[in-house]
Amino acid sequence: MSIDERIVADLVANRIEFVTTVPCKQLGGVIERIEACPDIHHVPANKEDEGMGLCAGAFMAGKRPMIIMQNTALGVTINTLVTLTQFYRMPLPMLISYRGELGEPVACQVEMAVHTKALLAQLHIPTYHFHKQDDVAELDKILKHTFMCNKPVAILTDASFWGGY
Amino acid sequence: MNRSDVLRAIAPVISDQLVVCNIGLPSQELHMIDDQPTNFYMLGTMGLASSIGLGLALGQKEKVIAIDGDGSVLTNFGTLPTIANNEADNFILLIIDNGSYGSTGDQPTYAGKKTSLAAVARACGCETVVEVAAEDTAEALKTALAGDRMTIIVCKCDSGNIKVPVITMDPVVIRDRFMREVARRNAG
Repeated sequence: MSIDERIVADLVANRIEFVTTVPCKQLGGVIERIEACPDIHHVPANKEDEGMGLCAGAFMAGKRPMIIMQNTALGVTINTLVTLTQFYRMPLPMLISYRGELGEPVACQVEMAVHTKALLAQLHIPTYHFHKQDDVAELDKILKHTFMCNKPVAILTDASFWGGY
Repeated sequence: MNRSDVLRAIAPVISDQLVVCNIGLPSQELHMIDDQPTNFYMLGTMGLASSIGLGLALGQKEKVIAIDGDGSVLTNFGTLPTIANNEADNFILLIIDNGSYGSTGDQPTYAGKKTSLAAVARACGCETVVEVAAEDTAEALKTALAGDRMTIIVCKCDSGNIKVPVITMDPVVIRDRFMREVARRNAG
């Protein structure tokens, strides 16, 4: 089973039925699988805060939502995470490609990478970090944890997790 | 008619519908005029009423009315292509377009100048878009509710605000009350 297939299988097993995405090169494979998955309603968003709004609505509709995005977009989502997701106590797993880590070829990506964990810590968002493919074994528990505690939860995924740059 | 006059006029039409209401004065006014468990009041997060409304409409079968403003649609313009391309025929977006940022003191928006939100929505691919005068909004909403097509209503009204108390209800109470109502209606 590929890493993309494994992730989608975990989403389906955890009854995640509504996924919004903003693409990243590393996320291309998993987004393709989600689009093809009959158990998941995939809604591509134009911007990550918009996606979080869609997820809030889907959650209130009774669906378990998820957002897939790149860490560079964390800045544009802070107000939404705080005043919508956290203020109204809504669960939101965030599968985030962590650009700007070891092996990164684009210098500008490092500029946001150095702030990513600090921002998540400042927001008191539980954060998990996948470095290698075996780390995916934790995904199932992280998803259960997210819907147990009704919080946004970040899963940072390095390029090495997806198979390199 | 200003926004609060429009909300008073449409209150009987939307009273028993699922409503996602925009941040600031629109939510405060709707809360004062006709508080209902079917109302989801946004206490923050400028711009996302239409996104929350669309997510809600896509996730269950009951009709959903998102009450938005011209300023907040301008803040989240990306919502219009998403609405157009993820059509939910149980979704109605009502944009109360008073040409100003009402909650912050009626500073003018571009929608009150050269920019037509109805034309933008059509250009984004939204197929059923109507622009109406303030006094015709209730009728336009009735028509949209009677049909089964995703509809965007742009209501052109005057700017201006009334004195209205802030909402002191806890956000989790607002959300829980609303979700129970959504679940109850979908179970029926």
